[in-house]
Amino acid sequence: MNFNFTEEQEMLKAAFAEFAKEEIAPNAAKWDEENHTPLDLMPKMGEMGILGVFVPEQYGGVGLGHTERVMALEEIARYSAGLAMMVFTHQLGMAAILDYGTEEQKMKYLPGMCAGTAICGLAVTEPGGGSDVAGQKTEAQLVDGQWVVNGRKCFITNSHCGTATVITCRTGEDEKGRSTFSCIILEAGTDGYGPGREENKLGLRGSMTGELIMNNARVPEENLVGEVGMGTPIAMKEIGEVGRASMAAIATGILRGCLEDAVKFSKERIVYGKPISRLQAIQFHIAEIRCDYEAARLMTYRAAAVKDEGKPAAAEFSMAKYFATEAACSASKRLIEIMGGYGVVNEYAAGRYHRDALGCISSGGTSEIQKIIVAGDTLKKY
Amino acid sequence: MRIIVLVKPVPDPEKYNELRIDPETKRLVREGVQTVINPTDKNALEAALVLRDGRIAAGEDSSVTVLSMAPEFSRDKLVECLAMGADDAYMLSDVAFGGADTYATSYVLAEGVKKIAAEKGENFDLILAGNESADGATAHVPVQLAEWLGITHISRVCSLEAEGETLRAVKRSEDVLLTFEGEGQAVFAVTRDINKPRFISAMGIVKARKKPLSIWTNEELGLDESAIGLEGSPTQPGRLITPELGRAGRPLLADEDATAEDAAKAIRALLGKEGF
Ligand SMILES: Cc1cc2nc3c(=O)[nH]c(=O)nc-3n(C[C@H](O)[C@H](O)[C@H](O)COP(=O)(O)OP(=O)(O)OC[C@H]3O[C@@H](n4cnc5c(N)ncnc54)[C@H](O)[C@@H]3O)c2cc1C
Repeated sequence: MNFNFTEEQEMLKAAFAEFAKEEIAPNAAKWDEENHTPLDLMPKMGEMGILGVFVPEQYGGVGLGHTERVMALEEIARYSAGLAMMVFTHQLGMAAILDYGTEEQKMKYLPGMCAGTAICGLAVTEPGGGSDVAGQKTEAQLVDGQWVVNGRKCFITNSHCGTATVITCRTGEDEKGRSTFSCIILEAGTDGYGPGREENKLGLRGSMTGELIMNNARVPEENLVGEVGMGTPIAMKEIGEVGRASMAAIATGILRGCLEDAVKFSKERIVYGKPISRLQAIQFHIAEIRCDYEAARLMTYRAAAVKDEGKPAAAEFSMAKYFATEAACSASKRLIEIMGGYGVVNEYAAGRYHRDALGCISSGGTSEIQKIIVAGDTLKKY
Repeated sequence: MRIIVLVKPVPDPEKYNELRIDPETKRLVREGVQTVINPTDKNALEAALVLRDGRIAAGEDSSVTVLSMAPEFSRDKLVECLAMGADDAYMLSDVAFGGADTYATSYVLAEGVKKIAAEKGENFDLILAGNESADGATAHVPVQLAEWLGITHISRVCSLEAEGETLRAVKRSEDVLLTFEGEGQAVFAVTRDINKPRFISAMGIVKARKKPLSIWTNEELGLDESAIGLEGSPTQPGRLITPELGRAGRPLLADEDATAEDAAKAIRALLGKEGF
């Protein structure tokens, strides 16, 4: 058993960290305040190899794994969880195309997406409830060699900036009369397809979240990803492994922010003539944040390592996602407490960390849904 | 155009509070302190990569070779240079090179440069280096290296351009800028304002796996041990002094009810007494 990154992974981590420190850290607070999505950073992240880090080289990627992908997200989310949301959802859609798309689809979409000149997404959630995947109403019918898509998706990341989005649509039913779904790629600019309202969010600002509306949108039959009727397993596999890995990584990044800021503030803040880091009550908060960060990190990277070994990792990612996002909520609350009045002043990042952490709870499936998955796996295995 | 870039792994400038000086040898104790590529060496590498890519874009052959005299444990810093875009790297690494001052260091590097040229069967055109290292900060090595090789050197270079065979370097000297133009082999020591070094990308790191990195000991270089390392170093460090920076506050006003006006008067009086 070895808990260390390889020399090459350490180098990558340092490279991602340097990029994040220079390109993200100075702007993160502004993006949050102005709810600005820094689209101009996408090509730069493409050049860095962040976007396609897990994509094989023949499709324009770097050919590394999910451990490295998670590493990049942690470094980005250390300063901007909102930007990390945008990056991961882009990768989530790319993963669906990579794992289930045809060779033509991979060659058509992935190089631009790795370069950051095209933006992807994965749209499942509908107004009828994200947890109730089987209740989706968006429908696609094959008419004269074209999919005719009708419906509405909500809470979709990259809704207003995506150039090609993988969308789950009801395409039939099984022998028991239950709906079956398929994944179809819709490209921006298609007649009858476009974004609806954009949400003004509590946290994870800087990523766009909004509706996608399909009104007799027609796309070629070959835009189907995977087979007809495989939409749910495809979406669940990608959300379960790539999506939740990302949410766990983002929460881990927020936790590191909480830890670093807690240490810095408590060493600098002088009360009773000495730094508050000498007060045991403050030290206990710091110890709790540290334990949460270390645990989240171990769970997240272990799950990523399991996936990179080619083994199923859905339960591991659910555990990591559940633990890390809840831990980020409590750690950011602790940071606000450590900072006293300064904790609620928006000049400091503490409040943003807390809002971002809260935003992480439902994205990628709520804590309840994670517990249902973990319990199911546990009752099977033990 | 064949370019050699000198690179030195130095203790991370952000961790200087962890540094110690050995009271016996009066040299930095580097063990256990995280090293980074000397910051201005990254500027030198960036300048070299830009020149190389310009040549390649013009249909010429060009390459960037990184050279370092350093302990073997800092091999990963050379891999970082390869990841940034250098084509190959040479590391001169031997206990016999240890403890060298700038004179002995530049000598070993000059011999390294000659051996690289011999190995490749092709001479270099340019040598770039950072103007000074973050730890020693003497700015001696690039100049001394040029002297060993008998070629031109220009330090404090803040701009470097190539036009055909002509190189144009701008040197910052006090408050004037001096522009030099010329052809032929030369050493340029660059400052940090010459450029902003590129980020190391994931693609670069993966590509670095396949790039050649050679480590030469003195067995390969075959240098006389009296000319290298501690023995070859004429510099004798003098006494080590830690300056006293203690500052003691002294109350100027005993009266608790004193006003700002009183304080200003007291400060003015004190300054007057000190001759201001
Ligand atoms: C910032 C952000 C970005 C997002 N990006 C995307 C995206 O790109 N693509 C996408 O498809 N979706 C996206 N989502 C949607 C996200 O996946 C859903 O919010 C999530 O699945 C929950 O769905 P819901 O919001 O409709 O809540 P609901 O499903 O309505 O849940 C409401 C409450 O009921 C609980 N609940 C539901 N079912 C059960 C159950 N069976 N047992 C116990 N409790 C239950 C939930 O835990 C929750 O507390 C995003 C959400 C956010 C906040």
